[in-house]
Amino acid sequence: MEPSTSTQVNKTKTTQQSKLSRFLMSKKVAPYIFVTPFIVSFLLLFLYPMIQAIIMSFQQVLPGQVTFIGMQNYERLLNPEFYRALLNTSIYVVFTVLILVAFPVVLAVFLNSKLLKFRNLFRASLFVPALTSVIVAGVIFRMMFGESETAVINEMLGFFGISPVDWRYGSVSGMFLMVMLASWRWIGVNILYFLAGLQNVSEELYEAADIDGANAFQKFFSVTLPSLKPVIIFVSTITIINGFRMFEESFVFWQNNSPGNIGLTVVGYIYQEGISQNDMGFGAAIGVVLMIIIFVVSILQLKFVGAFKED
Amino acid sequence: MTTKKNKWISVAVTIVFAVITLTALFPIISLVIASLRPASGLMREGLSLLFDPSTLTFSNYFSIFSESGQQYWRWYLNSLLISGMLIVLSLFFSSMVGYALAMYQFKGRNILFVLVLFILMIPFEILMLPLYQLMITINLINSYFAVMLPLIVAPIAVFFFRQYCLGLPKELMESARIDGCTEYGIFFRIMAPLMGPSFAAMAILQGLTSWNNFLWPLLVLRSSDMFTLPIGLSTLMTPYGNNYELLFSGSVLTIIPIIILFLFFQKFFISGLTVGGVKG
Repeated sequence: MEPSTSTQVNKTKTTQQSKLSRFLMSKKVAPYIFVTPFIVSFLLLFLYPMIQAIIMSFQQVLPGQVTFIGMQNYERLLNPEFYRALLNTSIYVVFTVLILVAFPVVLAVFLNSKLLKFRNLFRASLFVPALTSVIVAGVIFRMMFGESETAVINEMLGFFGISPVDWRYGSVSGMFLMVMLASWRWIGVNILYFLAGLQNVSEELYEAADIDGANAFQKFFSVTLPSLKPVIIFVSTITIINGFRMFEESFVFWQNNSPGNIGLTVVGYIYQEGISQNDMGFGAAIGVVLMIIIFVVSILQLKFVGAFKED
Repeated sequence: MTTKKNKWISVAVTIVFAVITLTALFPIISLVIASLRPASGLMREGLSLLFDPSTLTFSNYFSIFSESGQQYWRWYLNSLLISGMLIVLSLFFSSMVGYALAMYQFKGRNILFVLVLFILMIPFEILMLPLYQLMITINLINSYFAVMLPLIVAPIAVFFFRQYCLGLPKELMESARIDGCTEYGIFFRIMAPLMGPSFAAMAILQGLTSWNNFLWPLLVLRSSDMFTLPIGLSTLMTPYGNNYELLFSGSVLTIIPIIILFLFFQKFFISGLTVGGVKG
């Protein structure tokens, strides 16, 4: 008696299994299996922390003791340190956007022109800085921009009779260092975006401009730039977002401890308050404000460049 | 006349670009020179270019192979392992997702794709504190897995794979089904091999992102034997450091392999790194 029941159980098991496997194999179910990793990662690594960040921003988070404190974290944000972080980050965003759009456009136009020899060599070389990590870039910049008169950059300034600069100790020169570091690392990548965009500019427009007797500058401003508009929008958007996320470019110069907070950024402030001071609720509030700022600035920027208008 | 004029312009432009390129490469050249100079004064006094060439020395590199260099190789190993595992995991999962979003019609597909784009717009730094808390709660702090986790299903890679898959021949799927191939067999045996270039580009993007990743590993890695290269090197940057030999020679050995890989696989590097302007 007993053995037969067990085979029967086995039989139903196998039919169940094959049913299940046929279900999992079907064309309808397969795509859901394929996208499962994304759904899991979205829920666990995006949605949960997102909601948690907003909740935490209304809490005082101490080890083993969490209390709801309403808007207090946000009220605490009205302090000179946060203003300084916000100001530094904003200045950084403005300069990196200007530099990382203007220079790459011009360089890309030349790199696309037959006038220039060894184009591939130049393209590849300008891309190399993008391969360095920000820490290595920081090591390099710190010794090039050393304070003493024997550091490379001060040596060069000395050659023109300019006295050595205390690079890491002034707010203007400190900002200069951060902007330079970012520009150096990202210029090659942006050049490639614009080069890709230039491949889509139609030759006919240039021919028409030629017939109208336009010179090189007129062609650049009335044909090349308008045609590159979508790429300019894209590059400026990612540069703005990356600018607001900035942390490492400051960390490599001052280890999050700059004189007079000249290198303090918003993300640096999150790190300082949330991690170093272990005040997670306050850190989360800074993050929420940062998110709102990025959102508003992106919308304004897209409106300003006319990305919402239908051409 | 005009061709002669053009020729002069061409020479002038090329010279200008040679200068620009040299300026761009100058920091990297400086690093290599610095690594050959006595390290003790470099961080404090900066690199001077007015030096006696006969004072160049390999002694910084000897320190890497001495006892004090052991932790450096440990960091190197950590970075290699983390980047290697991340490339395998993220290519596997992200390609599956991107493939499904491109090749199948199913309920929820458009919402999922919008979510991918939405995540792309949200800075990781905002989610970082709750995620850090989560890592503490589930006891993953100071592990390789914690470092890799946020990058495993990278939206940027999902997006890239989806775009790439849109160009794949759908007829192949039909004929494979008729031959009795399962949906998974179609992906792994027929379609994935056709996605070679996209795998190469994403391997480079994810590898480089992980190799240079800084803020997240800085949060979750606690002990020196778990550090990755950027974290380890940054600990050597303190003003009171006595290990600058390691810092300079170590920095060179961190970027030289990447530059060599770049020279061989330029095409894939470029398509990988320009996909969304990701921050390294």
